[in-house]
Amino acid sequence: MEILSEDHQMLLDSATGYLAKNQPVSAFRALRDAPTDLGYDPIAYRKMANLGWMGLVLPEKFGGSEFGFRAAGLIAEQLGRNLTATPFLSSAILSATILNEVGGEFLANWGEKIASGEVLVAVAIDETAKHQPNDIQTKATRDGESYLIAGDKNFVVDGIGADRLIVTAMLEGELALFWLDPMETCFANSCCRIEPQQMIDHRNYASFHLENCHPSGAALIAKGEVAQYALDKALCAGRAVVAAEQLGIARECLARSIEYLSTRKQFGVNIGVFQALQHRLAHLYCEIESTASLISMALSAVDENAKNAEVLSHAAKAKAAKTSRLATEEAVQMHGGIGMTDEMDFGLFMKRNRVLTELLGDAAFHMDWLLKNKKI
Amino acid sequence: MTDIETFKAEVRAWLADNCPPEMRLPMNDDEICWGGRDFSFASDAQRDWLHIMAARGWTVPTWQTAYGGAGLNGDQQKILADELKRINARSPLESFGISMLGPALLEFGSEAQKQHYLPKIARGEVRWCQGYSEPNAGSDLASLQTKGVDDGEFFVVSGQKIWTSYANKADWIFCLVRTEPDEPKHKGISFLLFDMKSEGVSTKPIKLISGDSPFCETFFDNVKVPKTQIVGERGQGWSIAKYLLTHEREMIGSSDLLLGGVDVCSHAHEVMKKDKTDQIIDSITRAEIGNFLVDEMAFNAHMQMTKTYMRAGNQLGARSAELKYIGTELNKTRQSLLMSIDGADALISAAKTNRQTAKSSHWLRSKGNSIEGGTSEIMLSILSKAILKLPS
Repeated sequence: MEILSEDHQMLLDSATGYLAKNQPVSAFRALRDAPTDLGYDPIAYRKMANLGWMGLVLPEKFGGSEFGFRAAGLIAEQLGRNLTATPFLSSAILSATILNEVGGEFLANWGEKIASGEVLVAVAIDETAKHQPNDIQTKATRDGESYLIAGDKNFVVDGIGADRLIVTAMLEGELALFWLDPMETCFANSCCRIEPQQMIDHRNYASFHLENCHPSGAALIAKGEVAQYALDKALCAGRAVVAAEQLGIARECLARSIEYLSTRKQFGVNIGVFQALQHRLAHLYCEIESTASLISMALSAVDENAKNAEVLSHAAKAKAAKTSRLATEEAVQMHGGIGMTDEMDFGLFMKRNRVLTELLGDAAFHMDWLLKNKKI
Repeated sequence: MTDIETFKAEVRAWLADNCPPEMRLPMNDDEICWGGRDFSFASDAQRDWLHIMAARGWTVPTWQTAYGGAGLNGDQQKILADELKRINARSPLESFGISMLGPALLEFGSEAQKQHYLPKIARGEVRWCQGYSEPNAGSDLASLQTKGVDDGEFFVVSGQKIWTSYANKADWIFCLVRTEPDEPKHKGISFLLFDMKSEGVSTKPIKLISGDSPFCETFFDNVKVPKTQIVGERGQGWSIAKYLLTHEREMIGSSDLLLGGVDVCSHAHEVMKKDKTDQIIDSITRAEIGNFLVDEMAFNAHMQMTKTYMRAGNQLGARSAELKYIGTELNKTRQSLLMSIDGADALISAAKTNRQTAKSSHWLRSKGNSIEGGTSEIMLSILSKAILKLPS
């Protein structure tokens, strides 16, 4: 129902066309069946960078298009529908947003490289099984001109093979963001370890064990309020973008279920004539439309730096978790036994969706935040 | 300043000067201005507010001036609505004429009918009710049996309607009547307008579980309705009725009466016991509130998106069913939650407190939301067919 601007519509059409032709679900299935460390196809990633997707939220001056987060959500939704594996969230959204907020030489030196896909930057935030971005145990201490960083990070999206890492740590009681080169600065040092975390969605995740990590002084991106603001903005945008990917999964599950109900015959009729099934899909449709509206508003609010952006993005992520769970579960149930087979794609959607629900906080995390915000 | 900025400044200044202070206070149900021949205003301010808004065409801002409106475009209408909301102005007039009959007349009425009926609706001079459901025609509305027999210049109407909102207080009725008994059921219905004071019309309020009686049974015993009072063609009634229902559903689904009023979160914040960190101790109800809050925010976003869509000149059509379905189901959850939040305090009999504000009245009344104007199940069937295109 949303009326898109002409620019957004063009971007969406080009994304839909490109993904249908080059990165349909079968492309992800092929990656899964012949796994690599990266979990995505680096050539396809470069192609998507050429389409401008990696620079959507970066300024034109630094190789971006300044299309913004609403536009990024349109791309994420299509990535969800096609289960496309690509370092979009990690590099183009979370990292690019942090650098864009901090500005200065980090943005000047790295913005264009992120936008072109030449450099992939991952963000290390989580430390435990549940998302708690404000409870950071990783510690940084000053060591002459440099810093010593120690701690454990996990669930680092696209952490394997990332060219750079942005790491959250506590420095002198304040939040700090550090810029690490995992190959040279860090992992040349045998005290640090990087390990792949193989999750049910077959994407690229890493855990990092940092010990006596000794980056150069210039590795501090920001600390205190500036760091907090940049991280909050990135999380705010990230939540809404992840929600958009989940929306894509939900829409695809609905579309495939409608198709199936319209062709599958039992009792001599298409099973779509049964109200028991019709009403469940119509209910799912309603949930999807509400969810889509909320996500769209959240993304636009992030673009406008609106006061309610944070509230909307928490709500969008929570609602997306609820709706996409319903969608993936209904799709399996509507397809019956065949929905449970690996041959059908619903397992892939369900597993990807479950990871996205946990990523950047599950529904309970965001509801709790919203309630605290309302002082209840 | 652009034209639209000038308009906004003018609206704001005019409202500042003309909206009575009493009309900016929160309103109970018994302070709603319904208008009509026999309406007694609750206050002078209520009367003045209606008259001054109607004189400006702002009770129906998008209707043409010839029909009592102000001819505003979508952007201007939004500004007016926003400015009214900004000062918490009460609605000057609640009316089924505005929300239901008006749009149908604008679409299907003759020019003479528009000029005759619409200005009276705009000024709140005539209060309308809707004669749709019958005892044996609820969800299957098109099977209705109230008949209108052709008698030269008149249709002679006989039969019974039910669930007629405020029939006992209405001046006129827009009514679905079977005038072509030999046609298939959807093709034999006509859309008639007539005075509730006509000979042969009687009403009987129905007492609901909430103790209130917003609905009536309405009886027609050989009521003579001039043939000039048919809207559209004979047998076209079902199309008009469906068109009108999309407006009704949009209204029920998006009504501020549903989502305005008591805010669940502020109410919980106010009355529920908290721990030292300012968090509600009853963690299970707290979780339910969280769940509701997210759904409510999503629905509000959905409504806002819908309004933008319509302001761009699009018709909502079958999609009004999704707002009606979600909005009414959500309101039931909301009323249940408010009962939980207040505990035993909410259980004091409404007769002993104020029926208009009693939580239990609203909670009980809300159970009808997913029935009136088409049940939730009918909404889901409409969506299955019209939007999802599932086989039937």
